[in-house]
Amino acid sequence: MKLHEYQAKHIFSRFGIPVPKGKIANTAAEAKQIASELGGSVVIKAQVLVGGRGLAGGVRLAKNENDAEQLAATILGMEIKGLPVHRVLVDEAASIRSELYLGITIDRSLRMPVFIASSTGGVNIEEVAQTAPQKIIKVPIDPLLGMRDFQARELAAGIDLPQNQWRTFSEIAHNLWNIYVSNDATLVEINPLVLTKENSLIALDGKITIDDNALPLHPDLAELRDLDAEAPEEIEARKYGLTYIKLDGNIGCLVNGAGLAMATMDIIKLQGGEPANFLDIGGGASAERVAEALHIILADKQVKAILINIFGGITRCDEVARGMLTALKKIKPRLPIIIRLVGTNAEEGMQLLANSHLTTAESLLDAADKAVAASREGNNGRPGK
Amino acid sequence: MAVLVNKQTRLIVQGITGHEGLFHTAQMLAYGTNVLAGVSPGKGGNWELGEKIPVFDSVKLAVEATGANASVIFVPARAAPDAIFEAAEAGIALVVCITEGIPVLEMLRVSSYLQNKNTRLIGPNSPGIISPGIAKVGIIPGHITTRGSVGVISRSGTLTYEVLYALKQSLTGVSTCVGIGGDPIIGSSYIDLLPLFEEDPETEKVVLIGEIGGSDEERAAEYISNKMTKPVVAFIAGRTSPPGKRMGHAGAIIEGGAGSAEGKIQTLESAGVKVARHPEEVAKLII
Repeated sequence: MKLHEYQAKHIFSRFGIPVPKGKIANTAAEAKQIASELGGSVVIKAQVLVGGRGLAGGVRLAKNENDAEQLAATILGMEIKGLPVHRVLVDEAASIRSELYLGITIDRSLRMPVFIASSTGGVNIEEVAQTAPQKIIKVPIDPLLGMRDFQARELAAGIDLPQNQWRTFSEIAHNLWNIYVSNDATLVEINPLVLTKENSLIALDGKITIDDNALPLHPDLAELRDLDAEAPEEIEARKYGLTYIKLDGNIGCLVNGAGLAMATMDIIKLQGGEPANFLDIGGGASAERVAEALHIILADKQVKAILINIFGGITRCDEVARGMLTALKKIKPRLPIIIRLVGTNAEEGMQLLANSHLTTAESLLDAADKAVAASREGNNGRPGK
Repeated sequence: MAVLVNKQTRLIVQGITGHEGLFHTAQMLAYGTNVLAGVSPGKGGNWELGEKIPVFDSVKLAVEATGANASVIFVPARAAPDAIFEAAEAGIALVVCITEGIPVLEMLRVSSYLQNKNTRLIGPNSPGIISPGIAKVGIIPGHITTRGSVGVISRSGTLTYEVLYALKQSLTGVSTCVGIGGDPIIGSSYIDLLPLFEEDPETEKVVLIGEIGGSDEERAAEYISNKMTKPVVAFIAGRTSPPGKRMGHAGAIIEGGAGSAEGKIQTLESAGVKVARHPEEVAKLII
């Protein structure tokens, strides 16, 4: 789960990392009020959970409070990459001498958290890694030892920070580590970490991503979730414990298991179709879950056909078939549905479905072909064969 | 011979009194796995499955009483890291963690801790290991695969079953299938297991089932190209997965342009690996 900049900065501040004075505004009038409290020039920053806010015009410098009001009004009316801007952060403008980068992420190959620092801040760090890898230093941290002073110095020296800044930098690095650990983050990032003309270090922008698996341990953080940033169907699916991701195609997919769900989408594309979604109903495939899943798929009006692919392992296919029929009786979808059951008692399961209006398929390839054909017939509204 | 799991496997089940734990203990016993005991803190002294399996309060007590050398973990995510530490402290050589949803920071701690232990961890978020016809540890259905000479390593669950089933349909048997788990931080990766299959006299070919996210498949490709003499066939799921989205598995995410299916397929192909375009094709390419 990604946090907004203002939420991240709030946490930074709580853990002793200096941030610019600032407040969140929901209206242009509030922005004006905050600007007048802060005095001088301020930065108005759209709070949306996508990258590239600056390029989209979502971050603007205001010279005075009236300027702030006007710019806030503009930004609050914007949509950035499809996300409406509901809030702006009004921050005191900083006097920038240089922009650095400091972050912690996970190195999956090393199986360790890794500190990343760069003398080139304020830009996308992944781009720096590609174009100027020599400007990036990485220091893996043993999570059982935690961050040590020498490692902070290694980072500071690695980005050519003046020695008189090392102590302050080290404190910031330690505090960032504490944020990472205390909040079960998978990413914490200060970008840019600014060295000001007054010779202080300050976190001008920040990102925190919390591990979804750890959210039950952090109910306070879970409350910060911004539902605007997610498709409504994805939120709905999560209520039922289903994982649903919407795509642009027209063949709905209902699959048990994440890997198989991806493979099912892939084979639709391979056979010339376009998957409408990723949907993993988990191992069990009970009637209730199938019904919930169908509801979510059918809410997508682009869907012209549905491919159901279930591997019965522990769950027997005849049970799945019965559940499927119960669910279909309840929902009565009027789209062609192609179903493939494979694994335990697959034959019995397929026989049960033979008299329904579902199209059955022998193999995954066969199922994909049939789904692609059905999606092209455009027989929306008529039951399939 | 088989890899990791065989007739010498002496298994205990951590979390045996839970619904999943008990069900799969019965399944493993029925398959012929040597299940000796269960662990469930606070329920020591009880028996499960018709007085067949004794329950102990700790892994240490279970090991002392039974000489167990392997453990399978079914406890909830909150308690699972503790269960792994406990098994390693008790000297268990093979720990298979089925649990899904363990916070990644906990797994980073587990991973660091295990570096200095003689415990091999498989998982978490793994369906387990099966050596067809011999024994299984975990939840892979027994009847979907038969004994043979193909080794299988996979990050997935039902997708693995799909491939095992396709192999069985084409009369191809399996020496051992290891589900390494769909999480970003796992105990053993392809490169930790490929050497075991390379050395196993019974294994003639290897199937590698991967998916988007991370660079484990790329590192496997390097190993295969430099060290493997046995042919490898792969399937990579997620060609149509959008970047930045977590596709069900915590580890299945394309981040910062890295971890795409295309990249993995290209790297594997340049290492001489045949990559199937869909799961059923694996069975054709392996022959």
